[in-house]
Amino acid sequence: MAQQPKATIMDKASMGRALTRIAHEIIERNEGSTDIALVGIIRRGEVLACLLANEIEAIDKVRPKLGTLDISFYRDDVTRTIAPVLHATNIPFDINGANIVLVDDVLYTGRTVRAALDALMDYGRPRCVQLAVMVDRGHRELPIRADYVGKNVPSSHEEDVRVYIEPDDDRTTVEIWDVAQEQGATKEAGGVQ
Amino acid sequence: MLSVKNLIDTNSLTADDITQILDTAKSFDPIVNNRVIKKVPALRGRTIVNLFLEPSTRTKSSFELAEKRLSADSLSMGGSTSSVVKGESLADTIQTIDAMNVDMFVCRARLAGTPQRISENTDAVVINAGDGKHQHPTQAILDLYTIREEFGHLDGLKVAIVGDLAHSRVCGSLTPALKTMGAEVVLVGPPTFQVDDPSWFGCPQTADFDSVIEDVDVVYMLRVQLERMEGAAIPSRREYNRLYGLDERREQMMKPGAVVCHPGPMNRGMEINTEVADSARSRILKQVNAGVLTRMAEMYLLLGGENNGISA
Repeated sequence: MAQQPKATIMDKASMGRALTRIAHEIIERNEGSTDIALVGIIRRGEVLACLLANEIEAIDKVRPKLGTLDISFYRDDVTRTIAPVLHATNIPFDINGANIVLVDDVLYTGRTVRAALDALMDYGRPRCVQLAVMVDRGHRELPIRADYVGKNVPSSHEEDVRVYIEPDDDRTTVEIWDVAQEQGATKEAGGVQ
Repeated sequence: MLSVKNLIDTNSLTADDITQILDTAKSFDPIVNNRVIKKVPALRGRTIVNLFLEPSTRTKSSFELAEKRLSADSLSMGGSTSSVVKGESLADTIQTIDAMNVDMFVCRARLAGTPQRISENTDAVVINAGDGKHQHPTQAILDLYTIREEFGHLDGLKVAIVGDLAHSRVCGSLTPALKTMGAEVVLVGPPTFQVDDPSWFGCPQTADFDSVIEDVDVVYMLRVQLERMEGAAIPSRREYNRLYGLDERREQMMKPGAVVCHPGPMNRGMEINTEVADSARSRILKQVNAGVLTRMAEMYLLLGGENNGISA
């Protein structure tokens, strides 16, 4: 039997509108886009950062610097899960003094962002770090908040909030899944948070 | 996750295991080679004991550096400073250290089978850093990494391993690992140094270096253990160099793009001549760099299995 999401809370159009709005907010808050660098957290954050860079370029005619961050070696739960598949960090600019916007798909406990901040600081000393996410689903376990949010989604611990983006996935949506349904299915699908 | 709990020999590793180690090592490359802060907190809070019962400089420092780069806490013990010289049995030494609740043993020993014995006396993970004439698996993995970086793949490559085949733990580990990854291996050495079993891992064996050198992608020179010369296994340094050494004449016979490896330490002028060791074909220093990356990967993957109670 094919697995079904409990609900689809954003579609391609609403995600596009959210990205456009976040792009405007980033430019407004930083008074232009010349000093901004977007750093996407692998994997969905990397794709979102790229889309966000396109939006910012369309509005402000300047393409922000773009980097990716792999936090595998900074996680606090490495020893509780199987060793993760590894991707390489790529930050092709000097991070010292830069205004960094970290980009991720779902903000949940805050532990991923904590790991990302640690990883980032090992590359240098940014002037400031802001956080942009597509979905904030609550349940924070650390004192972390997002500066830019696509959509606030109240959720329960028994649910997964997943972001899918083409062409990596077959659709561009944000969906809520029941964790109970998930049991026995593969854990790799979607940006499971 | 690897299919093994300990890294004792390369025969137990699957092609998947080896690929996973090499890929993980590759992702450590930018951290170790491009960053100002060359470490990650991946093994923070883990304790690793380096038990080196036989002298070693490069392997030991490579492991120590890999442990520091992963933020593990480590402790190095040598044969002459440990209670083994006071007559304590190995099993007692291991159980004593084990009682201090360590997570991993890295062991170098003169006696083959020592790491296996250790693993039977502890719940900690054991990595073999070279045991007698048996195996030196972390050397083999760093060699595979160096070769894969060079050619982009391992399958279908032809590798000549040259020297003291019968007594070399490097040969004992590298040969099965290369075969697992689909490479072809030809063994070259004087009859006194050849392996007894002519069908060993299905590798052809020859005493005629010149007959294979034009044909291979990698020439892997083993170190001649000079201490063995007293047993008259080799008549003289000069004769060995002429028949089995890698000199400029042989280097020029190699295929374009073919490379030279050596596990170190080198006996220049014996198994390898200075002009070749320092030539454009030499990947010997690349091997040293790969040693830290691959050892980081092995420790990270072997200790990344279960909950150890760490949380941020």
